[in-house]
Amino acid sequence: MQALTNRVQVVERKPLSFWEKLYIPAIAKGMFITFSHIFKNKPTINYPEKTRPFSPVFRGLHVLNRDEEGRERCTACGLCAVACPAEAITMEAAERLPGEEGLYREEKYAAKYEINMLRCIFCGLCEEACPKDAIYLSETFAPANYTRKGFIYGKEELLIPDPKTQPEEFAKAKGLTK
Amino acid sequence: MAEEKKLLKVTIDNITIEVEPGTSILQAARRIGGDVAPPAMCYYTKLKGSGGKCRTCLVEVAAGSVADPRPMPKLVASCRTNVMDGMVVKNITSEKVIDARNGVVEFLLINHPLDCPICDQAGECHLQDLSYEHGKEGTRYEFPRRTFEKHDLGPYIQLHMTRCIMCFRCVYAADQLTEKRQHGILDRGDHAEIATYIQQSLEHDFIGNVIDVCPVGALTDKTFRFKNRVWFLKPVQAHRDCTHPKCCGKVTLWYRGEEVFRVTARKDQWGEVEDWICNECRFEKKKTADWEIEGPTVVNRHSVISQGHYVGVHKPKEVLYDVLDGLKPRLFMDIHSVSEVNEPGRDLSRIEGPAHSTDFKE
Repeated sequence: MQALTNRVQVVERKPLSFWEKLYIPAIAKGMFITFSHIFKNKPTINYPEKTRPFSPVFRGLHVLNRDEEGRERCTACGLCAVACPAEAITMEAAERLPGEEGLYREEKYAAKYEINMLRCIFCGLCEEACPKDAIYLSETFAPANYTRKGFIYGKEELLIPDPKTQPEEFAKAKGLTK
Repeated sequence: MAEEKKLLKVTIDNITIEVEPGTSILQAARRIGGDVAPPAMCYYTKLKGSGGKCRTCLVEVAAGSVADPRPMPKLVASCRTNVMDGMVVKNITSEKVIDARNGVVEFLLINHPLDCPICDQAGECHLQDLSYEHGKEGTRYEFPRRTFEKHDLGPYIQLHMTRCIMCFRCVYAADQLTEKRQHGILDRGDHAEIATYIQQSLEHDFIGNVIDVCPVGALTDKTFRFKNRVWFLKPVQAHRDCTHPKCCGKVTLWYRGEEVFRVTARKDQWGEVEDWICNECRFEKKKTADWEIEGPTVVNRHSVISQGHYVGVHKPKEVLYDVLDGLKPRLFMDIHSVSEVNEPGRDLSRIEGPAHSTDFKE
């Protein structure tokens, strides 16, 4: 039969010799390889005590951003939802009432904002589409959950803590402190 | 035998067409169609006297006519210049025109706020399209943009004066469709603004048409305000027997799911309404039961509104039911049991005016 590539090796099927039939040298050779790994560097780390640094382009859990004064940046323009290939993002917009200027940056804001983490593929297109710097993919994982219901993330889960009222949580969410 | 009307030969961008005397260059170019037709922000076929204000339809006339083949010294507004026999017009083939149009767009955008993420017109805005084709990425304008005192135009129409480009279309529409115009242009020059005198609200059966006529988001539907983005809506042609003698009753319904979010007049390929509709059709009839559906609206595939690909959708048959001998597949989660968006019991389209935080408090 003609070989398809030049890397073909013909396997010889000779009967085992006496030395090979003993198996002990083969076992000793295998054990030597096994025990030699004790003295090598460990490629694993003790998670969660130790964590590896994320790449700066890592795309993790979404965060809805606030500006310096703690106002929500999102204006519910719908560009993230239209950019989303998995159709994971939905929202409902509302008009800002007089007196809510400290809460929302623009006249219009997202009264409801939801990301279905079961659908999300963490492609980061929502972040690219956002004209208001409102949505970011952070350097954290979406935590595991026992039920599907726990993966529908609303504004409560997504919104970054207010830098004015909760400066510590805000710094932590921003990754400024460990 | 009646005397035949003499047709005028006009060449626009190397395409020759014969048109009747009295046709404007813009209309002749629109008969050719495609990219040859210059953009128009202020000219509106159905409004007498409109045009000549925005200067986006400027074209170069390379030869005036057979009798006088000299070129016109300056670029002319194609909406207000009639064709002559043997006229040679350059639109997109002329660098001068493209350059001038870029300049015009920059001027139009000087005072226009870049709040497209908030604006309800985004996605069907003529200025947005125009600036994508002709605009610069950045602005050279360093001064504060104009701001105005807010005017309340009643429960149906929302005026955003900062977005206005002074095309006068709404003024002409109000003049020609309604017996008594209540709004107009106040002040002059940079201070000019669309307003109602002494905060009078506009009350006429046809005043809603100023929303359709507005090329930007200055006049928008208050009943649709912030409810949804146009590209998530599904336009559907529909009609009803309107009791108003002047209303044609032929409209486009904009659906999201089962909800009718807004009603507009039908628009042609140039973004102009086919026929005017009355306020009752536009603002009051937001139930499917009020209308007879004709079919989906044909949307230009370059438009963002066609992103939903809802025309000619072939839904594959659900085979799981047959395969499982009539057993229904197990539903692991009903999204409405968790999700707070698009709740079945709460119809945003039923709220009068824009939703507020009070509407979301259970």
